[in-house]
Amino acid sequence: MSFDLLIVGVGGQGTILASNILGRATLEEGRSVRGAETHGMAQRGGSVECHLRIDGRYGPLVDPGTADLLIAFDLLEAVRYLHFLRPGGRVVTSTGIITPTTVFSQGLPMPTSDECLARLAPFRPLAIDTAALAREAGSELAQNVVLIGASSHHLPLRESSLLAAIERSVPPKTVEVNRRAFALGRAAGAPSP
Amino acid sequence: MARQYLLGNEAIAHAALEGGVGFVAGYPGTPSSEVIDLLRARRPEGVHVEWSTNEKVAFENALAAAWCGVRALFTTKHVGLNVAADPLMTSAYTGVTGGFVVLSADDPFAHSSQNEQDSRLYAAMAGLPCLDPGTIEEAHAMLRDAFALSEEFGLPVLFRPTTRICHSKADVELGPVPSVHREPAFVRDPRQYVVVPAHTRVLHRRLNEKQAVVRARLAGLGLNTGEIRGCRAVVAGGVAAEYVREVLPDGVSLFVVRAYPVDPGQLQSFCLEHEEVLVVEEGAPVLEDEVKRAAGSVPVYGKRTGHVPGEGELSPALVRAALASAGFVEKAPPAPPAPVEGLPPRPPILCAGCMHRAVFYAMKRVFREGIFPSDIGCYTLGLQLGTVDTTICMGASITIGSGIAQTVGGDVVATIGDSTFLHTGLPGLVNAVYNGANMVLVILDNRVTAMTGHQPNPTTGVTATGEERPKVSLEALCRACGVEWVETVDPYDLPGLIATLREVRAKKGVRVVIAKKPCVIVERRARVKRPRLEVDPSACSGCRTCLRFGCPAIAFEGKKASITDLCSGCGVCASLCPEGAIGKESRPPAPAAPSGGGA
Repeated sequence: MSFDLLIVGVGGQGTILASNILGRATLEEGRSVRGAETHGMAQRGGSVECHLRIDGRYGPLVDPGTADLLIAFDLLEAVRYLHFLRPGGRVVTSTGIITPTTVFSQGLPMPTSDECLARLAPFRPLAIDTAALAREAGSELAQNVVLIGASSHHLPLRESSLLAAIERSVPPKTVEVNRRAFALGRAAGAPSP
Repeated sequence: MARQYLLGNEAIAHAALEGGVGFVAGYPGTPSSEVIDLLRARRPEGVHVEWSTNEKVAFENALAAAWCGVRALFTTKHVGLNVAADPLMTSAYTGVTGGFVVLSADDPFAHSSQNEQDSRLYAAMAGLPCLDPGTIEEAHAMLRDAFALSEEFGLPVLFRPTTRICHSKADVELGPVPSVHREPAFVRDPRQYVVVPAHTRVLHRRLNEKQAVVRARLAGLGLNTGEIRGCRAVVAGGVAAEYVREVLPDGVSLFVVRAYPVDPGQLQSFCLEHEEVLVVEEGAPVLEDEVKRAAGSVPVYGKRTGHVPGEGELSPALVRAALASAGFVEKAPPAPPAPVEGLPPRPPILCAGCMHRAVFYAMKRVFREGIFPSDIGCYTLGLQLGTVDTTICMGASITIGSGIAQTVGGDVVATIGDSTFLHTGLPGLVNAVYNGANMVLVILDNRVTAMTGHQPNPTTGVTATGEERPKVSLEALCRACGVEWVETVDPYDLPGLIATLREVRAKKGVRVVIAKKPCVIVERRARVKRPRLEVDPSACSGCRTCLRFGCPAIAFEGKKASITDLCSGCGVCASLCPEGAIGKESRPPAPAAPSGGGA
């Protein structure tokens, strides 16, 4: 059986880099992996999803109702893809929300953060202020690595594999910032004793 | 070499090098673009890599290389093969000497396309072999070996990956890249390369004679394989075969097809061992029809019988549902959980600072009752702004525009990007001028093929591999087509843009406005910085004029507009605010916003 997860967010937030890190970490452990990504026009500020299957041996797609983990770069996107989780699945999300332009242009109602979190409640959400932790690590651009750190408790991957994959996936000059981002995210996501 | 986590297109690009490719040409199109993007980034020695101006041009260039004995690769998305269909059909007659692989990437579900057509049908129509991989690993091996197969048959080979191959990732082991030393030569042979009727009738007969050889050879390659496990069978092809393998119950047989044409004898002997057959494939019922011909009286289920969806892409869940509807599993799978309803949608939108938005805004202001034919590119997103009334295929903004103008008259304002204009817009413009159409053409000239990943084109001034070339002048091109009124404008200068469009509106004939500004993403990567804008809350009246502009950097909270960190400093919103409440920010410019990268 594969461990199936979705990484979701808004085009441009770095979901593909996050998926690369998890894919490479899986390879570090000599295991098979499958992934599916959004490319092309949908990347222009739209809602994007990466599917990832650790130990995957078949196709890359994860069916609704079957994912073990949902990693969200945006709280609203966490709600949008919630139906992909299986009963008992977990969600790790940033507390950040980018308001979709449709809210302003079409006057659509926008759920509040609390309403979003209430929706996530059955899946014991872990909501992280990724922007603050990334800034603390040294760059707001490291939010994706903060999220990976926070998710690491729920991933069937070793911390050392994740760190090795991060080093191989980010620009060399930013390795230190990203190591800190991972550590801060991992600490923030640690299960309470 | 160790296993790597690679995008399907990355594995395909490397496979072309492993297969000894010497010439690569294509036109960008999702999901095919990264194959050439990765090859041109690598700049392999001795390999010609080009972005051509359209798919017909690319195909013919690559075909010529194959006629000179070099191994050649042409890449396109499925609809681009329509543009290249003319040379494709007859290249099956002429054949090739160097291996020629025609990569046409299909897009089931039309993730980023105008239709869901199936390239396998082109292979059948042309009489060419077609390879249809189900996994990235298969795609890698099959593309690598396709050049030799093409040379063996003396025929182009069609290679058909789909979105879930091209844009999926898997652990792949790449092979060594041989150093290829071929002495290219064009060997004159008019009976092969000049398809006058007397020659082509002979070539057609030869093509027909090759079919049995191709079928037998493909059967011998072991790409199409079956395993008998019970009295019911599934026949599957492409990535759908993987979904089938994932959910197939014990005791149901499976036959997987990866190469066409399928040997009818092989298919028949498999089908006749079973009481019922279900065919699972994405796209058209190509395989289903072949199975039906081979299966005799054995019932065959698939798209034509309503057991498999006739459109969209498949998934393990949909294959489970198909197995249930055919009665291959006892119980129907439980309904999947439904998405949360009532969330504001987040469709892709034009970037903050995109010049297209300013042009669309000005068009709407000046041509209130205008008809707006448009084209294929980022600017198709102008649909959300009410300035895209038609889009059908590359280059059709101009021709649909002239057709409407000749039929109903009124203000017709067509929009087309620089790359699309050079792709197939030009003949339509010549035609519109020649036949006396009354229309305005706005060329959205951002100097790059943006939507597919910022590939250079003849307006960019560099080639695919980074060599500098003179930039083509769109203004001179339009004048040469006979357009008398051509004006180039700065789209960030909203008042100037509106004034130009008003002036244009009063004139007759074909009029061209070129809105010229580099793509804002290209500028960001080049670290162009402009001060961001900010709203003076004491001056903002809450009138929402700026919101109607539709820029993602403009938010509205309380009863006031505000500008977010997404702002790229184009300044267009400042000139449309009736209160003059928007001005340049006093803080220093922001660092470049993230775009798919890490810290």
